[in-house]
Amino acid sequence: MEETTKRELVLHVNGERRSIVARQAETLLFVLRDGLGLTGAKPGCLNGDCGACTVLVDGTPIKSCMMLAIETVGKEITSIEGLDDAPIQHAFVRHFGFQCGYCTPGFIMNAHALIERHPNADEATIQEWLESNICRCTSYQEIEAAVKEVLEAKKAKPTDP
Amino acid sequence: MVPFDFAYYRPSSIAEATALFAALERDGKRPLYYGGGTEIITLSRFGLVSTAAVIDVKHIPECRMLEMSGDSLVLGAALSLTELEEANPFPLLTKAAKEIADRTARNQITLGGNICGQIFYRETVLPLLVAEADVVIAGPYGIRQCRFLDLFHQQLQLGRGEFVVQFKVDRATATLPHFHRKRRKQGEVGYPLVTIAALKKDGTVRAALSGVCPFPFRSAEVEAHVNDRSRPVGERIQAAVDAFPRPILHDIEGSADYRLFVAAQLLEDMLRELGDEETV
Repeated sequence: MEETTKRELVLHVNGERRSIVARQAETLLFVLRDGLGLTGAKPGCLNGDCGACTVLVDGTPIKSCMMLAIETVGKEITSIEGLDDAPIQHAFVRHFGFQCGYCTPGFIMNAHALIERHPNADEATIQEWLESNICRCTSYQEIEAAVKEVLEAKKAKPTDP
Repeated sequence: MVPFDFAYYRPSSIAEATALFAALERDGKRPLYYGGGTEIITLSRFGLVSTAAVIDVKHIPECRMLEMSGDSLVLGAALSLTELEEANPFPLLTKAAKEIADRTARNQITLGGNICGQIFYRETVLPLLVAEADVVIAGPYGIRQCRFLDLFHQQLQLGRGEFVVQFKVDRATATLPHFHRKRRKQGEVGYPLVTIAALKKDGTVRAALSGVCPFPFRSAEVEAHVNDRSRPVGERIQAAVDAFPRPILHDIEGSADYRLFVAAQLLEDMLRELGDEETV
């Protein structure tokens, strides 16, 4: 039986192979932030409600406060630091999709996955996905507009990456 | 944030998982089987869960199965709720799953975890109760298959060291006419005041409820009243509500009286939508 509580984990984060010693009971959120210095994913409620800690695991949005880092061994993790000029980032700026900005990385990761997975997302799908995140400054209208703009642009230029 | 340490195990077979459980139990680790982990992690923060070892069942192939096998639809317990929604092999289960937590959380929450968790709404139980599904369970004495209805009394009656591998739903039953409605105090995300899942088979309505009591239920007495076409609809519904098990939840989400009022309205909607309103 494995007795030690810490273990060396090799994680694939934002296209890099990162090695870290972490508690087996540690959540992905705190391994990213405290272990790897990637502070883009934010601790909010730590209860899976607010979505500020959302990252992508194999392209799927996950609340990193509710997933163990050790579960992600062998998977590809993408945090906000791993997005490089994604269209949704520019759309957030254009539409002022934030005020204090604390929820923004989580919203952007979720919206980015929505756009990648469902380029033809209808109103109901957009609402269903965006309900996973909370913005206490209530920038919801602007965030929704940003998502719709990117979806429309993608439809107009279907060959764009 | 988990405020205590545990060891994490990732078995790749049923036999490995049950053997691990037995060994860890002997070592006094009080192991827990681990699905999506959302409840174990969040309740750990509040001191409501403690363990020295978790056994992740998501890498056991049987727990990940999603296929038609003969007359049965096989649903692995470690499928996430969004995987079930996207594949949509059992539309009533899809509707129940889609109303649980939020979309991102459902990428993690598993079918087995929702059914076996501590948080008592367990809304994916409802479609399995009305479809009269079978449940496949693995444990120290091997693998057994039972009627889910026989084993679900307020919660799934699992022995120490047992975990759910799969559910099996009759293919024809999975596509029967059905009804699902969830009413919350407010908003689109959150726990229910009342959730009803129902289907109609051979002219008879089967209904199961969550949010009314501190456990989901399907009641033969309630269904007998609902299906009693010798009486007007209003009387059938009142008799059904009177026959609900007790206690009725009475908390900040809704008073007991209000929950019963909402439940009665939903039963009426159910009968209307399933075309069962007329009296004989």
